[in-house]
Amino acid sequence: MTIRLENITKIFKNTTAVDHLSFTIEDGEMVCLLGPSGCGKSTTLSMVAGLEQPTEGQIFFDGQPVANVAAENRDIGMVFQNYALYPHMSVQDNILFPLKMHHVPKAERRQRLQNIAQMLQITELLHRKPGQLSGGQQQRVAIARALIKEPKILLLDEPFSNLDARLRIELRDDIRALQQKLKITTIFVTHDQEEAMSISDRILLMKEGVLQQYSTPQEMYRDPANLFVASFLGNPPINKLPCTLEGTRITAGGGLSWEREALAPVLCGQPGTQAILGVRPEDVLVVERGEHLTAEVTAIQTLGKEVYLRLHQGDAALTACLSWDHDYRMGDRLRLKLRKCYLFPAEGGV
Amino acid sequence: MTGIQHAHSRPVQFLLRYKAWLYLLPALTVITVFQIYPICKSFLMGFYTDFDYLKDEVYAWGFDNFRNLMNDSDFALAIRNTIRLTLVAAPLSILTSLLFAVLLNSDIRCRKVFQSIYFLPFVTSMVAVSIVWAWMLNKDYGLVNAILKIFGVKKIAWLTDPKMTLPILVVLCVWKGLGYRVIIFLAGLQGIDQRYYQAARLDGARAFNRFWHITIPQLRPTIFFLSVTTVIDVFKTFDEVYVMYAKEPGPLRSGLTIVYYIFNKFYHNWAFASAAAASFVLFAMVLAVTLLQFGVVRLAAILEERRTSR
Repeated sequence: MTIRLENITKIFKNTTAVDHLSFTIEDGEMVCLLGPSGCGKSTTLSMVAGLEQPTEGQIFFDGQPVANVAAENRDIGMVFQNYALYPHMSVQDNILFPLKMHHVPKAERRQRLQNIAQMLQITELLHRKPGQLSGGQQQRVAIARALIKEPKILLLDEPFSNLDARLRIELRDDIRALQQKLKITTIFVTHDQEEAMSISDRILLMKEGVLQQYSTPQEMYRDPANLFVASFLGNPPINKLPCTLEGTRITAGGGLSWEREALAPVLCGQPGTQAILGVRPEDVLVVERGEHLTAEVTAIQTLGKEVYLRLHQGDAALTACLSWDHDYRMGDRLRLKLRKCYLFPAEGGV
Repeated sequence: MTGIQHAHSRPVQFLLRYKAWLYLLPALTVITVFQIYPICKSFLMGFYTDFDYLKDEVYAWGFDNFRNLMNDSDFALAIRNTIRLTLVAAPLSILTSLLFAVLLNSDIRCRKVFQSIYFLPFVTSMVAVSIVWAWMLNKDYGLVNAILKIFGVKKIAWLTDPKMTLPILVVLCVWKGLGYRVIIFLAGLQGIDQRYYQAARLDGARAFNRFWHITIPQLRPTIFFLSVTTVIDVFKTFDEVYVMYAKEPGPLRSGLTIVYYIFNKFYHNWAFASAAAASFVLFAMVLAVTLLQFGVVRLAAILEERRTSR
């Protein structure tokens, strides 16, 4: 089912949670609503679910407006942040609840329960109460409850936030596989950029209720629309060097200065004289010759397969992410080449 | 821990060990003198058969008081009336309070005002309230008959028709405890996570199903608490009868409750030992009903467990 939002605005008392948001999700796509907490992503999800009414704008499912369709009739499966499993019902009753509400015949209920329990590997848990399950098990049950009625749309609200790191990765791969197998249109809310990048077809990045960029993860990473998008994605975060533009010269702090052609920066927006030069840590390379700058190693952090270096040249600082094929020492001066850089308007500017 | 205690002198050690008791002492003293002692005393008094009340001397003990109670048709009537009242008033009271609590919990206007109105009887003297009710229910110049007259209903002798006693007492019981029970229910309702309702809506549950499958199970502890306290409350019905029926137990003794019987034995007949014995029977009945309620809940839990583990 395709989902289309047109000019959706949601105002709570004095705050605008969502501000004129428009986007389309194609049938069978998995889209991630990403943004810092309080950016309006959960509110957007609630409006799609029908739990909140938009102050302005329209939502369409397959081209049909759904403003007058109550949440209970929208044919949506949803997994809540804390799962919201009914504590007084056994796992089995929790999963069967949607079928009971839709008056599905008993024999079919049993069949579907068996199938979904097998698919999510929770057959052994069916007679327990939610309180007796671990976080990961609760999540599987919540997914089973959301999927058993075979909805057209699946909504996931921060489904991994209560799980430990290892389980998170395991379950997100499971969800992705399940989603692709069932080809169900899915919206997924998270504030974790890595999670968003790893499993979604497209990411919708929001900030203070406003859409920042809506594109595939690769596009968003390689061609960020603005400084916020660039700094929200990537770990360690993108390096930001304040600089001035004069004719064909770019001058940054620490006595650094380049001809514009030498760096060939990707333009993001229209920077004036004051600008920010952005360089991803993995785009800082150590070279023998043809360097853009030299800098001194002031801190080293090793992470097994790679190493993070903190580099200083005067008051200009950079983080580089390098493979660990060379032993770096504090105080080394390295010749550095910036493989790719971006030029953003200075913060606060247009 | 022990090392530190050894450093103290003996009296300090003593104080430390019994510190909690020291804090409890003032309240315990009051409760012991005015509650626990009288309870024990009246329990014993039920077994006095020959005694001097003023001198507190007992000459003979026995079960005569209880035997007399069993043969007293008035006592049987009091028990019958009380049980009938409880059977009707307690469930009705809980249902009505739940209904009002659910209404108050929804987004209606002036909910604070309604809440205060429902709570009013709880903070008002039952005696004053009963006088007002007696006036409202008066056959010739009461408010109720005046209003009914508008709808063409003939005058009803509310307070002198024995058939009307039970309904009136039921209404009074329900109304009297409404505010208290609504507050308790509201607290229970507000303790339910809204997410369950959201999840239920997405699962396709309409308002009634959400109430039946979420609200009721989530309120179970509250409902249990209120059913125990409400039954005890109704069992103790006395002042409304005493005041409303002008110190009589209602027309043809239709309002004779157990507490009224005890009161009557004590103040009018000066039969202290009989009154004490009757109090003991009331206590035993309340205890039995409460234990029964606990048993029912336990049984329900066991059955539920069996059903799901199958």
